[in-house]
Amino acid sequence: MGFAIKRILTVFVLLLAVTGLVVAAPLIKVGIVNLPPEESGYRQANVEDMNTVFSKANGYDARQTNTGDNSEQIAAAMGYIRDGVDYLLISAANASGWDNVLQSAKKAGVIVFLFDRLIQTDPSNYQAALVSDMATEGEMAVNWLLSQKLPYYNVILIRGQLGSAAELGRSAAVLKARDAGKLKIVADGTGGDSWSLEEARKVVEAAIAAGKDFNVIYAENDGMAQGAVQALDAAGITHGKNGKVKIIGFDFNRFALRNVQAGYWDCDVQCSPRQAAEISSWIKAHQTGKPLPKGIIYQKEMLVDTSTITDEIILKMGINADPGKGVITR
Amino acid sequence: MQNVLEMSGICKSFPGVRALHNVSFSLRKGEVHALMGENGAGKSTLIKVITGVYEKDAGQILVDGKAIHFRSPQDAQNFGVGAVYQEIMLCPNLTVAENLFIGRGQHALVNWKQMKEKAAQLLRSLDIPARPTQQLSSCSLAVQQMIAIARAIDMNCRILILDEPTSSLDEEEVQKLFRLMRELKARGVGIIFVTHFLDQVYEISDRITVLRNGEFIGEYEAASLPQFELVSKMMGKALDDVSQIKKEKSASIQRGVPVYEAVGLSSTAGIKPFDFTIHKGEVNGFIGLLGSGRSEAARAIYAADKVIGGEVKVNGKKVKIREPMHAMKLGIGYLPEDRKSDGIIADLSVRENIILALQVLKGFFKPFSRKQAEVFAEEYIKSLSIKTASTSTPVKSLSGGNQQKVIIARWLLTHPEYLILDEPTRGIDVGTKVEIQKLVLKLAREGVSITFISSEIEEMLRTCSRLIVMKDREIAGELSGENMTERDIMHVIAGGGTKS
Amino acid sequence: MNKMKIRNYQAFLPLLVLAILILINLLKGADYFSISIINGALYGNIPNILFGASELVILAIGMTLVTSSSGGQDISVGVAATITSSVFVRVVLNAHEVTLMTVLGAFLVSCLVGIAIGAFNGTLVAIFNVQPMVATLILFTAGRSIAFLIDGRLSPILANRITNQIGSVIPGVPVQTPILLTVVFILLFSILLKITNLKLYAQCVGINQKAARLNGINPVSVKLLTYIILGVCSAVAGFIAVTKAGRHDSVNLLRFIEMDAILAVAIGGNALSGGKFSITGSVIGAYTIEVLNRTLLRLEVGTETIKAFKAVFIIILMIFASPVARGTAAKAAQWIRARFTGIVRLPASKKAEASEGSKADVSVEKEV
Repeated sequence: MGFAIKRILTVFVLLLAVTGLVVAAPLIKVGIVNLPPEESGYRQANVEDMNTVFSKANGYDARQTNTGDNSEQIAAAMGYIRDGVDYLLISAANASGWDNVLQSAKKAGVIVFLFDRLIQTDPSNYQAALVSDMATEGEMAVNWLLSQKLPYYNVILIRGQLGSAAELGRSAAVLKARDAGKLKIVADGTGGDSWSLEEARKVVEAAIAAGKDFNVIYAENDGMAQGAVQALDAAGITHGKNGKVKIIGFDFNRFALRNVQAGYWDCDVQCSPRQAAEISSWIKAHQTGKPLPKGIIYQKEMLVDTSTITDEIILKMGINADPGKGVITR
Repeated sequence: MQNVLEMSGICKSFPGVRALHNVSFSLRKGEVHALMGENGAGKSTLIKVITGVYEKDAGQILVDGKAIHFRSPQDAQNFGVGAVYQEIMLCPNLTVAENLFIGRGQHALVNWKQMKEKAAQLLRSLDIPARPTQQLSSCSLAVQQMIAIARAIDMNCRILILDEPTSSLDEEEVQKLFRLMRELKARGVGIIFVTHFLDQVYEISDRITVLRNGEFIGEYEAASLPQFELVSKMMGKALDDVSQIKKEKSASIQRGVPVYEAVGLSSTAGIKPFDFTIHKGEVNGFIGLLGSGRSEAARAIYAADKVIGGEVKVNGKKVKIREPMHAMKLGIGYLPEDRKSDGIIADLSVRENIILALQVLKGFFKPFSRKQAEVFAEEYIKSLSIKTASTSTPVKSLSGGNQQKVIIARWLLTHPEYLILDEPTRGIDVGTKVEIQKLVLKLAREGVSITFISSEIEEMLRTCSRLIVMKDREIAGELSGENMTERDIMHVIAGGGTKS
Repeated sequence: MNKMKIRNYQAFLPLLVLAILILINLLKGADYFSISIINGALYGNIPNILFGASELVILAIGMTLVTSSSGGQDISVGVAATITSSVFVRVVLNAHEVTLMTVLGAFLVSCLVGIAIGAFNGTLVAIFNVQPMVATLILFTAGRSIAFLIDGRLSPILANRITNQIGSVIPGVPVQTPILLTVVFILLFSILLKITNLKLYAQCVGINQKAARLNGINPVSVKLLTYIILGVCSAVAGFIAVTKAGRHDSVNLLRFIEMDAILAVAIGGNALSGGKFSITGSVIGAYTIEVLNRTLLRLEVGTETIKAFKAVFIIILMIFASPVARGTAAKAAQWIRARFTGIVRLPASKKAEASEGSKADVSVEKEV
């Protein structure tokens, strides 16, 4: 009897040791400092993406701090460094004040990746940054527009928060095309600091009231594009696939993509919140001894119009709620 | 003696109103000169002309024999004119020293140590019982008043205006203030003294100037102007009314059924448990020195302060009065001691102020129509002779006496069974005072019970048929009938208890 | 007569500003007032202004009330509207079928949430005596996160016929629905002021709380009530805003509107320290802000400078509304009158100061 129990116990202990080894061995410790999901639909998708990719199932021991307060972010980053994470991922609330964190990380041998947002510092202070290229986004949109072979291009430009990276990048392409004489900006407005739908609507209403002739609305996010379209509808001006005015939005909100799909709008440009997979692939490669990329890396983003949009793109690439196929959000 | 200030032919008009017409006033070095007149006589306007708040329309002002034209209060201050008002215009949460010196120097930087020393010196020289580092609000009103005066004096003020400085002070404090005034007199400061207290005028003043209806009535040596003559000059007629009141009162002494009875009533304001009863049609009064608890007793009856004990019966029925609203519903009205802070709703119209209590009694969902409100307002403006441009005039632009009448109207409109009047005549001209006294007796004849509180013993004796003497926040005795004399009251207050 | 003058002056300034703005617009293009019918609804600058200002007008009305009773402002109105509208959307989307009844029911639920929010803010202000701005700062900071959670972390879409028509036009009705809702709201509110003593009570409490209590008014309940009413205003504004937008964006819905609502109250000639108020003034103030925004767009002020222009305009406006400027204006008017007609008159605002000398005081002793 005693012998049997002993054997069973030994087997049990051995089993425990083996499974323990399997679970404990290759977990990569990652600290993620991010903004809170309620900051925007973009951030919501971004945080979710980080959670799914950097999961135990994928071999990560990841911890995430989400706060819009820069000093809280810095404190969290310092904590992760003390805890001895292997990789530190940062999307900073504020572009400055991070030098101490980066120095400490360097000393502790923690590899730092920035995602979505850059920090004001020398690129040698971190490993790599994966961000959206707002200027390219703008150029994609303008190139698409110019390929539509419209008889003329009279654009209403609706900017986002003035001076923000997205506004500067996305406006630059339009301004460049104007300077090159390829299009005319007949009205230049902004949705203000809140990228306001209502402000965008007012900008278009003012242009209509002033009798401006325009056939393109270039709104630097989907919400403002929606406001602009509301103004057109109220004024009885046609738009979209078979309409007079071409509608361009940004950010790949699912409602916007459904509107493009329905031909209610014309075109939407991606601003991808999903950097996790690419950063994870870098880390996995690094674990097998391959070198890491260095400096600023731009994400690959896409543009869809009424002919290229698919359900798959909407479901996989879109952000925020999906109104459902064929549903137009006015 | 040398005139430090000499004004002649002063005129000042407002739209449709002649506030001052051809008024003269002179002030000698080192004298106390009382400026007398009823509300609306032009005292405040004259003072505002002296202090540069208003520009005169015509006339001449000489300071030290030189013609001066004040364009601003700053101008007047530079010529040595200082004023201290009834409402003390200092900062209660700063220290005494800060209140004495801040805002005067041209320097942005303050030498705190030096300031404290100077303050101590100043307080000592004027014998003011306050420490420089003490917060102003921790000083008594009298001391605050003195500090305001000290501030003016230290700014080399040679013409000091004291506008109703004694109305919030008790007798002892008044004496302290008078000592200070005498000290200033000796230093050669000319003091213009405005007050409603006739006794005080005679106690401290050298000369008296009387204004009436914006006109100069005369300038008199205080010693050679008997008190009744002063009153008749202020009012413009002889004092028949006062003696008439006495007759009316004696007719009204009678006892009906108890309207309000309290046993062991006490409140958070520190009034010790007291018993109190008032009968139908009775006028009684709480009398005592300031701080004796006379107002607190009234407030406890009305639940203006939080009631913490006692049993109350109204018309023989046991009731609970925990909020003013409860008292109102039981037919009790209360005219508060402090008209400005507890009585009027300053920015609202006379009409709204008059209908307020009745409107609240009627209910939140039952507003009076504008028309009905107008009828009510017009009725009481007429019956109480409230002087107002219209029913829509903001009540704050009325004179003090008329504001008081508005509040009285407010309660009369509710047809109360029991009306508590706390200092209804304070700060009011003699004429209105008499009117209010007469009104009280008339209401009593109509069956309204009234509790009357006043600082003026004489007035209490004239109106009340029973006096409850308060001392140290409790009832010290009760007087009625023949025992009701000034001497008896003093006797009770001084600690002798009630005779018989 | 006196009060009439004051009241006229109160409305005079915002009306003058509105008139100047409209004049500028007319100079820019004489067709400013032109109205056409598009898709069966009136279209033009005026309908656009009325449409655009609807939420602001409703919030300004509620803000006027709490300003009067509590002498402070609620800075959480935009956030409150975001929360109530997130509840509204949630209830609508949970229904099997979106009918007029579900929408109405959802709206009523959102009103209840508005009442709860108002009661929360009101309790802090009325019972705990917290400064209104500080009290409402709590919700201002945390509220959008709450709405985000209610939204289920995604900005949900309201793509159905009924809410869409509420946010734009009902076929057969020639006026955009938000404009109608605003008119109905203003009507209901004026009825409320007519059939209750709300105005009298709020003013009394705002002017002199102690005296109000001694006259049987409960200052705590009155303040609480005004905050609850503002909560309902927020719910209505949120309802209009979310049906206009067609989706619930917890981050940007009615963002920064609280400042415009406070500004509307101020432009309307109401003292931000409480007391007497004029709802009409606030409503005019709200429309003035809307017209100002649109005028700057119409004048094609550069995007970079539009904010600065607005700021300068408002500074000028506030200086003109200040007591100092009023005093100076009064003096100037007096001087001019004296010069040209020989009659000296003081305007109403000066009368209060001249209390001692005013007509009311002069012949007191006549009766004695």
